[in-house]
Order: sequence, then structure tokens, then C-alpha cells
Amino acid sequence: MAESSMLTETIRDIVQHHGGMPTRLLQILRDVQDRLTWLSPETLERVAEELSISPNKVRSVAEFYSFLYTTPRGRYDILFSDNITDRMLGNRELLHYLCSRLKVSIGETRADGLVTVGTTSCTGMCDQGPAALVNGYTLTRLNPSRLDGIANLIESRIPLAEWPRELFEVYSNLRRADILLGRHFADGSALRAGLKRGPEAIMEEMVKSGLRGQGGAGFGSAAKWISCRNAPGNVKYVVCNADEGEPGTFKDRVLMQDFADLVFEGMTLCGRVIGAQHGFVYLRGEYRYMLNPLKAILQRRREAGLLGEAILGDASFNFDIEIHLGAGAYVCGEESALIESLEGKHGVPRIRPPFPTTHGYLNKPTVVNNVETFAAAAKIAVEGGDWFASRGTAQSKGTKLLSVSGDCERPGIYEYPFGITVHQVLEDCGAHDAQGIQMAGPAGHMISAQQFGRRICFEDLATGGSFMVFDQKRDILDGVRNFAHFFVHESCGFCTPCRVGTSLMRDLIDKVHTGHGTRYDLEEMCKLGRIMQAGCHCGLGQTAPNPVLDSLDQFPEAYERRLRSTAYEPAFDLNAALEEARQLTGRSDPGAYLNEEDLLVGAMP
Amino acid sequence: MIEPRLKIATCSLAGCFGCHMSLLDLDERLFDLAERVELDRSPLTDIKELGECDVGLVEGGVCNAENVHTLIEFRARCKILVAIGACALNGGVPAMRNQYDLKECLEESYVRGMGLVNAQIPSDPEIPLLLNKVHPIHEVVKIDYSLPGCPPSADTIWTFINELLSGQAIALSYRQIHYD
Repeated sequence: MAESSMLTETIRDIVQHHGGMPTRLLQILRDVQDRLTWLSPETLERVAEELSISPNKVRSVAEFYSFLYTTPRGRYDILFSDNITDRMLGNRELLHYLCSRLKVSIGETRADGLVTVGTTSCTGMCDQGPAALVNGYTLTRLNPSRLDGIANLIESRIPLAEWPRELFEVYSNLRRADILLGRHFADGSALRAGLKRGPEAIMEEMVKSGLRGQGGAGFGSAAKWISCRNAPGNVKYVVCNADEGEPGTFKDRVLMQDFADLVFEGMTLCGRVIGAQHGFVYLRGEYRYMLNPLKAILQRRREAGLLGEAILGDASFNFDIEIHLGAGAYVCGEESALIESLEGKHGVPRIRPPFPTTHGYLNKPTVVNNVETFAAAAKIAVEGGDWFASRGTAQSKGTKLLSVSGDCERPGIYEYPFGITVHQVLEDCGAHDAQGIQMAGPAGHMISAQQFGRRICFEDLATGGSFMVFDQKRDILDGVRNFAHFFVHESCGFCTPCRVGTSLMRDLIDKVHTGHGTRYDLEEMCKLGRIMQAGCHCGLGQTAPNPVLDSLDQFPEAYERRLRSTAYEPAFDLNAALEEARQLTGRSDPGAYLNEEDLLVGAMP
Repeated sequence: MIEPRLKIATCSLAGCFGCHMSLLDLDERLFDLAERVELDRSPLTDIKELGECDVGLVEGGVCNAENVHTLIEFRARCKILVAIGACALNGGVPAMRNQYDLKECLEESYVRGMGLVNAQIPSDPEIPLLLNKVHPIHEVVKIDYSLPGCPPSADTIWTFINELLSGQAIALSYRQIHYD
């Protein structure tokens, strides 16, 4: 009884801290889990009661997000980042090493409830992996000796706050700066320019700049702002998409870590232009370590008169920013799923149109832009649209931040004018032996050396910024397989072509990878890929088959050397599938085995 | 001159014979069919040995070693192999056991079942061993055509067989293969 009333008390406090707002459900559940380590059925019911919403709604949110747990977890919850770049750096060996040191199996909680060790999708530390999260906080550059230290800290039950800071150190690795990152930006200068010249003039500069969405989709930013400004209604919102979930990209992390003022200023400027008073930063859960530093920056900006009421002393200029922390869901990077998540729901993409510029957050007109887009907008307000458009190509103005990782000497952030060749990037980052590049992440395109002369811009190779290098020693199929598994995990399950298609694709690629595939399977993969491209509800599913289709096209030899010469191979090991029954019955007669040679010789047409 | 009749074989693996019942629902059309095809191995003929056939119709998924043998034999002897019904296509109802371990399934029936005397998991060599999971048939052999439905209606089967026999592209109407 006492325990249950304490639970109610704890939850009531947290819910009240969030103003009792159901739109803050995800934030509430995160906070509750921080206190209780997991979300029990009873906990979820209390939360539903306190918010006066249905328990099913609360459960659906709790079960949707990877970082919300509806089964007990250890007091120390470790998740190894499992992107292909982490794998290249040996994360699997380290994962097994830590598990054996702590005597725990992967994905399971130790009997004493002290620790859980598992894996998660890319945590955006590709230039300083292998990486992991401990209770949501980023650990970088893991190696056996660091893991020894971590195992000791856990066994000695040292609170996370007392762990050595160097374990959590995140480098920026800024390797090349151009106009966006290379020139000093004085806080407030974009807002002063905005106030002095007025919203119309700022929009004109935006149009002149030719700025396009830097998350990768490339929609004209000025058009978005204008559409939202012209949309009817007095209440509008600005949303910064910092849910950088595409494996291999980490440029938004560096922008938020080192250039947050520029981003916040771009958002505030957007608020002024479209007539919004409220902004959200949707920060991916993996970047939780930045939450408090970013809140401090927001506070400093309020004190400096750059945020909040009467910005720069103008009584008509009110705008504030709130940070919303995600909880491990790639699909929330899609803008309409992100808005659903901001509203406290599970993140499933909406049917569009209507678009967010007219029906966004709470169905109000909303501009959703990528972190880099807001940063560029702030610079454009100060330096002018022509200045920005002087860089880049005819249809891709300005610069692009690339997150370079994988097999190269200098992984990190590279800012280039649009139109740079892949070849030049490889030379600059010290990738001398590249076999192929995964451009724009798994959802983007895989290219082989014959295509290194191509240009990075919307006319040719569009990208959100991920640039993963595979050298000659790598097996391309390892990457393809890693991506296929990633998409299965990240599919939201809403539409069948994606939910089922990603699983079928994973099974087929696993079959080929383990040497059981035939040409028939490759044809099936192509067919399935085309169905997914045509039939999936959102971009996640439509792009999920890309790694398979591209690699079949660009690296056919990676498949061919694994194929069986037979026309068809079963999808699973027939004889091994009888092992369980053999054990249960103790049988060893001839009928208890399926010998592949006896069965299949001459059997197939 | 009488054209040689095409040979058709049928079998039910892990299924309920519902698809075969649907085949029998062809009713008087069975007479037309009998003029054009000859049934080889099939539950309807009781022929035990499968001969060389033109078409094999397979009902049911693959749940045990005997199913694997039968299916592979069908693939080897039939020029065209057709998966008929939900269980052959997806595993269907028998595949609902896939969410449990085989051990749990067998214990539920043979160890913890009601009214059992001398409860034990059967181990007689005459009983085919169960696979750890139930699989759709396309995961074991290559399939040429799939006819969905639980079961596909007699009309659907009739249209399919007719068009297949006449050598034209198979065209089924929406209602014949959709159940929404």
C-alpha cells in the first residue's frame, strides 16, 4: 500500500512538472523511467490516470520507443551502437567481452538486476566509435581497457555522475569548414538584421539564397516558410528536426554541440518571419548528453534578450524554444512522424497532404526544418542570399556538411560547397583504398569506385550528410546485411509492405550471406524491393530496399561468389530444423534426419 | 485423335483438407475436369506412388520430415507446382505454434494434457519428426503459382485450372483472390 502510494506520488510530481499536458507524454514517460528504471503495467496505468487519458494510449507510446522499457532493466543499462561503422571498429568483440566480464547475456538483465547489455541502432558517434550508451549517456572510443574500467564501476555500483568524465567525452572532429562554419557569427546578429529589415526582406534573401532542406529531401526552405507564413491562423510553430537517425550521420550533433546559438537563432528568425511564438527542438534520444547544456544555452539567450518575451526590446517579438527528447525511433526523423511524437503519440507518419506548413503540430501551421537548414538561414539573414548562392551549383546553392566515417584516416565533419566530387572528399579524408561509399545512409545510395567522379548535390548525389567509406578489405554484404537488419528494427509496423517487406528482405540477405542463396533469391530480392518502393506508406519503407538494390547493381560480384549453383535452395537448414525434435524424442533412426544430398540431388527442375 | 490427358497430382501437408474440399466443390464441373485431366497421386485416388506429372497442387505448410519428403518429391515429379491456400502460402493455422518452442507444444499435448495415462512425448520411428517451426512451402522448394484463400473457392480453382490447362496467362478476378 505504502509502495503503491509512493508510486502515485512520484508520478504525480513528474506529471505536474510537465504541466499535466498529454502532449508531453513521451517526456513524462522518460522522466518516470529515469526514476524507476522501467515502466511497469501499474506505472503506465498511474500515468494514464494522472493525465486523464486512456491506458491504451500510454501503453502504445511506451511500447513504440526503443528506449522506453516495459520489462525490467538493470540499474546500469548499456546499449552498444551497432551501425556498420561500429562493426568495422570491432564493436561485436567488445560487446562479447563486456558481457563475459559482467557475466550477462546480450539483451538480458543480470539476475541481481544490476546491469543489462544490449545493442541499439547507430548512436551518431561513427567518427569516434565503437560507441555505446549507458542509461542514455554516450560512451565513446570503447576498447578493452575502457570496458574493464566500466565493468569495475558497475560492479562497485558507482553512480553514473561519479564516472570519469573522459569516458563521456565527445569530440567534434571538425575537419573542413566553409562559409557556414568557417566565419564568426555574433549572437543576435541575424535577429538584429531581421528586425531592421523586416520579415519580407528576410524572405526575399531566403528566396535568393536558394537554400534547400539540408536533411536530405531538398525541399525549398523559402517556399516552406512562405507557405507557413501565408497559412491562416494566429498560432504557428517552428520545429527543428534534430532527430538525426540516419546511420552514419552526425553533423547535427556537431552543430548542436558547437553551434547551438546559430541554430537557435535560425529558429527564432523563422518564428519572426512566419509569425510563430513557440519552437521545439526534437533532439534524438541518443544525444541526451546535450540536453542540459542546450537548456543552459537557451537560458543564457533569454537573459541576453535573444529569446523569450520582447526579443531585442521589441514588444511584438516573442519566441521561446523548448527541447523535446526522442526515445530511439528512426522513423521520427520523418517530419510528420516527428510531429506525432511531439504531440505525445507514437511516431507513425501521417498521410500527406495536408503538409505541416498548413496542418502541423496540433494541426497548426508548422515549419519543420533540419538543424543545418536553420543554421544556414541565420547566416543568410546576416550575409545575404547572394552571398550564400555564390557557392554551390545551379540547383544546389551553398554548402553541405558531410559526416565522414568508415575506412579513412580522418573521419569527422567536412563542410563543402555543393558540387564537390566524391573523389575529392575521399582524398581529403584520407581514404586511399575505397571500394564503395554508402551515401546518405542506408536509405541513400551505395556507389562503387566507377562512380567516384559523381558530384554531391541535388542534381546528382543528394545527401543528408552521411558518408560511409568501405575499403577493399570489406565485404560489401556485411554492410547490406547490417542495414537490412536496421530497417526491420526501425519499421514502425503501420503498413504491410514495410513491416513484412523489411523482414523478408532481411531473411533473403541472411540466406545469401550465409552461402545458401541462389539466383532465384536475387530475383526475389529485386521483386520485393520494387514492391516496397511502390507500396510503402512513407520514405522509410520506400528507401529500405535501396542498399540491396544498389549493391546488386554496383557490386554483383559480392553476391555471385556466394551463390549456390543449384536453381533453388530452401530458406532454412532442413536437417537442423529437426534437431529439437530429435532431442525431445531421443530418436536417431534414419527417419530422424533430412540429409540434404539424399533429398535434393536431381530433385529440382 | 484423343489428346493425351494432362496428369495432375494433389497432396495435403500440414493443412486441414479444406482446400481439397473446395476442389470437390467443383461439383458437376468435376465431370468436365475428368475428361481433360488424369489424377495421379491424390487423397482422392488413393494412389500411393507419385508418377511424372504436369501439375502438382499442394495444400498445407511444412511441419514435419514427411512433409519435406513429400514436397520435394512433388517438386521433382511435377512440371508445375502450385501452392494452394493460406497454409501452403504462409504456414496458416498450423504455424500459430511458431510462437512457442516445440518442447512447449509437445508438453502441452502429451505431458500436461487432460486424462493422460503414462504421459510422454511419442518417439515411435513411424511417426514423422516435427520441424522446430512450421514453414510455408516456398521456403522449401520453388513454387510456380500461389493461389491464396482459406480455402480458395471452387470458382477460383476452376478458373485457375482451366486457364492453366489452356496455356493462357492466368487472370483471376478481384473477388476470386481477395477477401476484403
